[in-house]
Amino acid sequence: MKKVYSRPIGLHRNINGYCPGCLHSAAGKIIMSALEELNLLEKTAMVDGVGCCANNNNYMDLDAIGTPHGRACATASAIKRCSPETIVITYQGDGDLASIGLAETMMAANRGDNITVFFINNANYGMTGGQMAPTTLLDMKTTTTPFGRNPEEHGYPMDMCKVLSTLKGPSYIARVTCTDVPNVRKAKEAVKEALQHQVDGKGFSMVEFVSNCPTNWGLTPLESLKFIKEHMLAEYPLGVYRNL
Amino acid sequence: MDKVFMKGCQAIAEAAIRAGCRFFAGYPITPQNEVPEYFSRRMPEVGGVFLQGESETASAAMLYGAGATGIRAMTSSSSCGISLMSEAIGWMAGACMPVVICNVARGGPGIGSIQPSQQDYFQATKASGNGGFRMLVFAPSTVQEAVDMTYRAFDLAQKYKYPVYILTDGFTGEMMEPVVLPEMRSEEFLAAERKANDAWAVRGRNGAPKAHKIRCGARPGVVCTLEEKNIEDWEMYEQWKKDEIEYETYGTEDAELIITAYGISARIARSAVSILRKEGYRVGFVRPIKIHPFPEIAYEQLDYSKLRGILCAEMSIPPQFAYDVEAVVRKRAPIATCLRSGGEIIERSAIIDAAKKLYGDK
Amino acid sequence: MENTILIGGIGGQGILMFGQLLCQTALETTDKYITYFPSYSMEKRGGTSDCYVTLSDEPVGSPKAEKSDYVVIFANQALKKFEDALYPGGALFIDTSVCTEKPNRTDVHIVEVPAGEIAREIGDARVANLCMLGAFIGYTEILPPDKVLATALKKIGAKRPELRALNEEAFNKGMEIGTAAKAAHV
Repeated sequence: MKKVYSRPIGLHRNINGYCPGCLHSAAGKIIMSALEELNLLEKTAMVDGVGCCANNNNYMDLDAIGTPHGRACATASAIKRCSPETIVITYQGDGDLASIGLAETMMAANRGDNITVFFINNANYGMTGGQMAPTTLLDMKTTTTPFGRNPEEHGYPMDMCKVLSTLKGPSYIARVTCTDVPNVRKAKEAVKEALQHQVDGKGFSMVEFVSNCPTNWGLTPLESLKFIKEHMLAEYPLGVYRNL
Repeated sequence: MDKVFMKGCQAIAEAAIRAGCRFFAGYPITPQNEVPEYFSRRMPEVGGVFLQGESETASAAMLYGAGATGIRAMTSSSSCGISLMSEAIGWMAGACMPVVICNVARGGPGIGSIQPSQQDYFQATKASGNGGFRMLVFAPSTVQEAVDMTYRAFDLAQKYKYPVYILTDGFTGEMMEPVVLPEMRSEEFLAAERKANDAWAVRGRNGAPKAHKIRCGARPGVVCTLEEKNIEDWEMYEQWKKDEIEYETYGTEDAELIITAYGISARIARSAVSILRKEGYRVGFVRPIKIHPFPEIAYEQLDYSKLRGILCAEMSIPPQFAYDVEAVVRKRAPIATCLRSGGEIIERSAIIDAAKKLYGDK
Repeated sequence: MENTILIGGIGGQGILMFGQLLCQTALETTDKYITYFPSYSMEKRGGTSDCYVTLSDEPVGSPKAEKSDYVVIFANQALKKFEDALYPGGALFIDTSVCTEKPNRTDVHIVEVPAGEIAREIGDARVANLCMLGAFIGYTEILPPDKVLATALKKIGAKRPELRALNEEAFNKGMEIGTAAKAAHV
């Protein structure tokens, strides 16, 4: 019999630390299988942000470094410049990338540093218990917006793909999701494309995963997927925003 | 050997390059701007990397990344800029990164003033970040010492796989003095060290049996509890007290009064001691060369039966260094201070007057 | 033996260059300890610009001497600020073509040098600092004049070769004034 599917070789067999139904697992698996298919597992260094994303360090068999909250792009830029032969990726959440690390993200993108950023947008601070993130949708309730996000008080959801697309430095920016098989396939293509941009030395690349947080959203995994399709994707449209 | 006439900041940068520093990230802040400016010109000549960070916070995070690749790397800043770096400095201590940090200090607190000062003593020696970590801290008095200490700092960072801190000030950074520059570390030496560091560096596995993990809370590749890491660090700090103490003394044998100071104040205090001794005062001099670990032994060796007092001179109001002296002297002699702050230089005449007052009748 | 020199003026007048030329020459021709410390205001042009030079047989204490043996003044504001920083019996050098005010000190030697005027006569106002440097060396004799001039031409010449002849002439004219003032004071 021909084997048509197996676990990516870089993923440990132990159970990852993510909540049931959390799409961090899907993103991690896609990234690992893309690295495997591009034959980059041995060359890759991963820079972890702070928050739930730091969990992947435990089950991805990659060289990895944990960074202070928000600083992943700064650390990654330095690693890449000191060791240009290394494929440098970051794995960051919305608070990490778009709030506390906004300057680091923008400036690495603007410098066109040749790194690949994976951005998991689940519209809240997951690990700390579901507070408002820069990407929290309007009217969405979080532990720090108990009456819903109100633009007059809290501002608007931050569209990082659009924001970064205003800069000249990035060479590839795409937004994907993992709610169903067709989207998972597209996500993997985007991840491979982003990594290929780095291999080709084209500069800054980013893939945003529109993700979920069933635990803090107070939804079942399936309901959370429905929420992504009905609400998240309206605010965060999928697609390729930059491809040079 | 040939002497060249160099500005402190530039001499520090050149010494770093000669020590093998091949990565620098920093952010503009007076009075250390000549450090990044010098690196930006010089790094391309030696195949190194210069990166102007978007902030001190980012620059220190960049330093962390560079250190994680196993090359010799440094940053510099000044006082309030160093405070912004304290996040990644703590991480680098937590993750045991062999990096060098240079503080060309200015007035404080907060933005303080752009003028030189010694108001970062506690921050440098006791709390450069959260979590109670310590670093080896050099305190140069002259441009030549700034050169020599920078050069050595890189070796010590590699020896202990831990950040090493140079606390200097705007006077030393801005002043020019003749210096003898150390030899350039050979590319072979640096390549061998980098190869050895590949045992833990994060640059992609490249066939290593296990992936390398660097995280705050363990030496690279080590799996341990945070408490185990804290204990390991503490043991290293205790070992430093045996191996890394550095100080100088002058005229302490017959001294009835000790003037003690570090860094820029020490050279002024030392010249005051010369004048006082010429005038017949039995005055001695104690100067910590590294301010952490603190050279308690230098003060333990004093003959307190003869001492009329100890005068601490520093450019910080309220005093900071003087508290470390007080802690080791333990009331065996009266302690007085001679202080300036906020960018004002300590005057030799003020030290002499304060010494005479404490000395009493000759 | 310790010589402390303070040079004060306005950014752009070549104040820092004046001090650095003394130090560089001292480095090449003496075994002295040398410390130079610049001090300037926030403005890059037109603000105050001062520097302190110490040449000593012993290690130098403060990079900023409390009092100086020689004070060289390039502007009114510097005169006001630094006149009192001179030891009694010291020498005060004043560029009288820029500095219109008179010093109050009566316990010091005063050497008046119309450096700006001389520089303009020679053909370029920028060489005034070399004229002052010539006067300073002619009067103080703390460093060999030919070596100071050689350092100056090497250092400035690399940047502005077109000023070489003018700088040399300015330095020599200053030397004459300094030497004459010295002879008059003795």
